[in-house]
Amino acid sequence: MATVGQACLIFALGFSLYGVVASLVGARTGREALVRSGRRSLYALFGLAAVAFLITEFAFLSSDFHFTVVATHSSTTTPWYYRLAAMWSSQQGSLMLWLTLLAGWSSLCVVMLRGRLRDVAPYAVAVLLGFGAFFTAVMLFSASPFETVPVAPPEGVGLNPLLRHPSMMIHPIMLYSGYTLFTIPFAFAVGALIVRRVDAEWLRATRVYALAAWLALGTGIILGARWSYAELGWGGYWAWDPVENAALLPWLTGTAFLHSVKIQERRGMMKIWNASLVLATGTLAILGTFLVRSGVLDSIHAFVEEGNTVAWFFTALIVTMIAGSVYLVITRRDNALKSESRLDSLLSRESAFLGNNLVLVAITFVVLWGTFFPLISEALTGQKEAVGPPWFDQYTVPLVLILVLLSGIGPVIAWRRTSWPQLWRSMRLPAIIALLVAVGCVLFTPGNGDVAPLIMFVVGAFAIATSLQELWRGTRARQAMTGEGPFAAFRLLLARNRARYGGFIVHIGVAVLFIGIAASSSFQSVRDVRLGVGEQAMVSGYTFTYVKPVAKIETQAGRLERITLGSQVRVTKDGKFVANLYPNRGYYPAVGSMLGAVSTYFAGESTSEIGLKAGVTKDLWVAETPDISSLMPVVRRGDAVFEKAAGQGLNPEARSIFLAAALNGLTARYRNNPPAAQFRIIISPMVFWIWLGSIIVFIGGVIAAWPSVGAVRDRVRARQAARVAKDLGRA
Amino acid sequence: MDPARKRRIRMVIALSCAVLLVGALAYTSFSAASTAVEPSQLLASTNPGESYQLTGKVVDGSVVRAREEIRFRVRDRTNKKSVAVRYVGAVPDPFREGREVIITVRSAGAGAPPHSFIGEKDTLITKCPSKFKESGPAAPASDAKKS
Repeated sequence: MATVGQACLIFALGFSLYGVVASLVGARTGREALVRSGRRSLYALFGLAAVAFLITEFAFLSSDFHFTVVATHSSTTTPWYYRLAAMWSSQQGSLMLWLTLLAGWSSLCVVMLRGRLRDVAPYAVAVLLGFGAFFTAVMLFSASPFETVPVAPPEGVGLNPLLRHPSMMIHPIMLYSGYTLFTIPFAFAVGALIVRRVDAEWLRATRVYALAAWLALGTGIILGARWSYAELGWGGYWAWDPVENAALLPWLTGTAFLHSVKIQERRGMMKIWNASLVLATGTLAILGTFLVRSGVLDSIHAFVEEGNTVAWFFTALIVTMIAGSVYLVITRRDNALKSESRLDSLLSRESAFLGNNLVLVAITFVVLWGTFFPLISEALTGQKEAVGPPWFDQYTVPLVLILVLLSGIGPVIAWRRTSWPQLWRSMRLPAIIALLVAVGCVLFTPGNGDVAPLIMFVVGAFAIATSLQELWRGTRARQAMTGEGPFAAFRLLLARNRARYGGFIVHIGVAVLFIGIAASSSFQSVRDVRLGVGEQAMVSGYTFTYVKPVAKIETQAGRLERITLGSQVRVTKDGKFVANLYPNRGYYPAVGSMLGAVSTYFAGESTSEIGLKAGVTKDLWVAETPDISSLMPVVRRGDAVFEKAAGQGLNPEARSIFLAAALNGLTARYRNNPPAAQFRIIISPMVFWIWLGSIIVFIGGVIAAWPSVGAVRDRVRARQAARVAKDLGRA
Repeated sequence: MDPARKRRIRMVIALSCAVLLVGALAYTSFSAASTAVEPSQLLASTNPGESYQLTGKVVDGSVVRAREEIRFRVRDRTNKKSVAVRYVGAVPDPFREGREVIITVRSAGAGAPPHSFIGEKDTLITKCPSKFKESGPAAPASDAKKS
């Protein structure tokens, strides 16, 4: 199987390189057969990548430890669904995922656009195949998933317990879908610039992929935040870590592009800006993969192993992308990228979009600067320095406030120009609502000296109100014109102009999300406390009582997966019962350790499972670090007993039975004599709003990305036109 | 006003804002940054009161938990030079001996043992490993049968 997989990669590289050459030569010489052949190379790349992907997944699923990547990232004690996801916890598997998604999305795009953009498409296909060749080459020469050993180890290392969380099964797929989908507009931008055809058609044709990329990347970011909140035992969802920032960067420029593209479609303006944004977004998507996979910056995530050579491949690719992008934009700036009209007034929707773009690009620059500051400072001063979350917050908080405000103004302001009285008429109701929220904030929110969250509540309410007002007005207008019922009118309003009204729903979701972030980060109560059984801790009026310990052995496929030590924590408020929480910590055995028979079960990875009562207004969050030091003398005695027994010829079956008894005895001992444990208790207001806002954004994004009747009609017409043109050419 | 002049003025204002932002970023990042150091650099020189972003590996056998405090030593990635760290706050799940950590520290000051540092609350981060194999030959993972 490994040989077949390796052969697939070799053929994939061959097809990719051939496809690049065929597409370029075909485009240059006008030989349609070569262009077609290049396009088919892309489909072949997808087929081969899919086969290689399935072979790797099958090896994970069947625990084939002949594959080095399986032996080092999975085990028989890893549940089957996590075995599937274990593939992309490895460098090799994640590159395989990247290639498969890239080839899949690219093929889909090329099929959908068949017959359109005939001059641009061959160059775009060449660029996409170039990316395919790059990732195939990286795998073949640096990180192949098909490396095997002649004798398989009896057991694998297992999936990192921290990654055993449902969101981690989907998070990488969404992130990589986002990255790979962003390469499609990038590729078409390169093609459009090469042929100097930078009209709105290529933008319209590829906007759905930019939107899908934005949606997938945003979903991936949120799933990562959710995982961090639920799994990492520190209670936060964002830490400005380089790897988190890597995903945020293309999402920010992608957001800017999705807004500014409207101006080009409508007014033929901002062509240089749009081309630059698309090229920057594609480059940042590759940079994101580079940051995760290269280990060039100190990050909480270290997916990189010693002797890693992937960084050099990526550096070469990124330098090429930047140099090529700059060259294309500079050489096309005076003709192809010349604006068709000018900004008429600062009081116009174009200006609001431009403002939104400037703010988004400013945030991108801040995040990029902060992320790469260790490298910048080292280059400038010879001393590696780093900035922390307060530095990022100092800039991003005011910029995000402006952004949310603009998301409220944009929908109600007219194209070209408007007057102050007109603007006031459109914004009057939302402004009054925002004013009421401001008064409520002053009267009812706890004063902690931080005004930024209060401003966020006000501008968030304003943004939500303007979007709701536009949805309401649109529905009412439709009802008046057609006599439809309110629900039918609303549904058809969305269906007729998905991009516009889907966008308003996204704005509502973003405002809800930021209100949640502002509240949970500013009004959070945290307490680290050590409690024995029966002891209590008070946090923000809630009483947390350590009721009793929990200790158990958990198995998978008849073998020990982990030992769980935790507690039952009762939460009360004013003497009334609120919830029982069960925080615990799972101890996974160390594989291949030279430790004693019993201590090996406490020497592996350990991971927190939090106790959480989530609510609309606040979350009660508890994580526990059990004190296992009282168990260690017994563990060491157990090691000595098993060592002695091994010397006396204890057979493996009897050893397993005695070991199971010993571990059961240990967990019983923990239950009967529970030591005091360390707890982190957090009460976070409105965290639920972050997840709710994300869901609203997702729904709005899907509505906006869903092909409208008009778009399908356009596509069919374009295909017909292409066919007629071809027939005429033949005649 | 002449439209071309108006556009020039807008351009100058926009560029000025961009230059101001870049200037502010550069200034504040250098003034707010913690110097990223390895233990051997801390052993060579430290300034009292200054914070450092210490990176290195947790020394085997050095982790001691005492109620809410945790004490450990951090060594260079490539040699054995190490410093002692006292820390109170959230300890990430992957934290353990031999693992790479990043923590913001300050000198423990007069009266404390030499080369000892205090970690700032909630700044300890541990590299998330892609695998967690102990050194040594491969052996069967878990012998215990279902209890």
